Amino acid sequence: MNTQDTRRPAGKKLSLKEKYAQMTRGLGWDTSYEPMDQVFDQLGLEGIKIHDWDKWEDPFRLTMDAYWKYQAEKERKLYAVLDAFQQNNGHLNISDARYVNTLKLFFTGITPAEYNAHRLFAMLGRQFPGPGAAIACQMQAVDELRHVQTQIHSISQYNKYFNGLHDHTVMNDRLWYLSVPKSFFEDAISSGPFEQIIAISFALEYLLTNLVFMPFMSGAAYNGDMATVTFGFSSQSDEARHMTLGLECIKFVLEQDPGNAAIIQRYLDKWFWRGYKVLGLVSMMLDYMLPKKVMSWKEAWDIYFVQNGGSLFNDLSRYGLSMPKYWEQSVAEAEHLSHQTWNAFYNFSGAAAFHVWLPSDEDMAWLAEKYPNTFDQHYRPRIEHYRKLQAEGKRYYNPSLPMLCQTCQTPLIFTEMDDPTRTSHRQLEHDGDTYHFCSDGCRDIFAEQPDKYVSAWLPAHQILQGNCVEPGTEAAGDPGADALRYFHVVAGQDNLDYEGSPDEANWRRWKGLDKTTPAAAA
Amino acid sequence: MHTHAQQTSVPPLVRDRVDNFHGQQLLYVGWDHHTMICAPIALLVSPELHFGELIDSLLPASAFALHSEWPQIDWAHVEWLHADRPFTPERDATLKAQGIGHKAYLRLRTPALRGIAGTGA
Repeated sequence: MNTQDTRRPAGKKLSLKEKYAQMTRGLGWDTSYEPMDQVFDQLGLEGIKIHDWDKWEDPFRLTMDAYWKYQAEKERKLYAVLDAFQQNNGHLNISDARYVNTLKLFFTGITPAEYNAHRLFAMLGRQFPGPGAAIACQMQAVDELRHVQTQIHSISQYNKYFNGLHDHTVMNDRLWYLSVPKSFFEDAISSGPFEQIIAISFALEYLLTNLVFMPFMSGAAYNGDMATVTFGFSSQSDEARHMTLGLECIKFVLEQDPGNAAIIQRYLDKWFWRGYKVLGLVSMMLDYMLPKKVMSWKEAWDIYFVQNGGSLFNDLSRYGLSMPKYWEQSVAEAEHLSHQTWNAFYNFSGAAAFHVWLPSDEDMAWLAEKYPNTFDQHYRPRIEHYRKLQAEGKRYYNPSLPMLCQTCQTPLIFTEMDDPTRTSHRQLEHDGDTYHFCSDGCRDIFAEQPDKYVSAWLPAHQILQGNCVEPGTEAAGDPGADALRYFHVVAGQDNLDYEGSPDEANWRRWKGLDKTTPAAAA
Repeated sequence: MHTHAQQTSVPPLVRDRVDNFHGQQLLYVGWDHHTMICAPIALLVSPELHFGELIDSLLPASAFALHSEWPQIDWAHVEWLHADRPFTPERDATLKAQGIGHKAYLRLRTPALRGIAGTGA
């Protein structure tokens, strides 16, 4: 055995900057068997020009070794809290079992979207010849996968005790209202690489993340949900990094070529509107679903979009960018969005995987205070009418299928700006067929790329074409019942009102709220 | 080798073309100023359906009939819109005969009826 030490003497330790250069730029190479433009074949398709990929600067200078170290530390903390949550029956500490319905919406709508974001960034990294950008995409792909995993592990604690959380992947593929967030991500993932960056890194991560994160994570904290607060914290540092990267990325693209700004503005207009339409679900959560309220949708939109977004676009105006098209409409609609969205779920709660309930007197006082221009005038009388019908045992369920927007796939539940009682509707003819939209924004997006949106999988139309029957079973002849089975929604358990649900019966039993209620099976 | 992105000549998949509805067609109907019915409804109908049957059979089985003002509609004075333009239907003619094709959107207006508590709900 050779005992002589052949190791080279330890050299000077690399500085952070040198290490970043070695572990990003240093890993790149130009291909020689195939021309570069064939290897990175999607880059030229959108008209965006990048002259020097080396100008891309990751503000965090994060390298893989440091990334693994940070993320492993976060995971250790998260799983320690989850263990404690489980051992201490943490689900009993939430404000009310109604709260869990926000988790049902999150888990079936957002968690699968995180998985799609993972796929998107994995593919995006492949399309960028600059190793700095490619590695940032790779890390974000791993982040998104981690978020999916931690959400599944956290929410599985609730799945043991509450209904509607049992099949989030199938529900995301099939359930009618989940086609709204699903189509957003599928639209993004099937776009060109620079459009993907604008859609996810900028419009979603930078402009709109606070509006998704704040209701869920602050809502969780206000309502005693430590499991969600913990995975929220664990993701939050990733989200902060994604936000900064999103902004750096858009600045990099804009600085590379003056011709890029017009294309970027078009993407911004589109993805602002696409994102805004998905946020209708979030507005309902804030105003109607959190037992302990955090803030109103209108307040959230004002702080996170009008003020923060406004100052951002002020900064970006030097590149020739302006506020996204129709942003003023989103501000005017903030007085109506949550009330109209909630009404759709009250109509169709028979076909949802979560429960709805009527606002209490206290809730309505809060809504009237937050929406002094609209609530008492337009929305309270409708709710009081529903309350009267329910008291008479005549709960109104909408038995029909709704007309859907071809672009955002939301039912046509929103109203005209000048008349809050008339459905907002736009239509256009394309290639011999008629297409319908909820707004000017959605019509414009279709008109820009009709070939993409003519193939939209619209749930109501799929049901009427006879395509929504659980594979391997015979159609029972009742399209509504067939569709529920196809959605994997268990009738009488996952759907309908909170009052009278197995969730409510269990909660009352566990909390000793009503000793006379017979025990119901979990 | 061509990538998916390079194949610009593939015809788009039109998922809701009328052929996919097995001889039927889509018809949307909205009732203005009655937002309790949260969105216009989507019906599957035959192009040979008479307009009268829409009023007498299909709509009474829809969400519209659950609105408390439904029984008060004076059908002789309903104002109709087709593709957001005024339209005078013929009760005894088929949808096809009066140009109501696949994915047509009809609205009915009942100015005398003002919705729940007069709020347009």
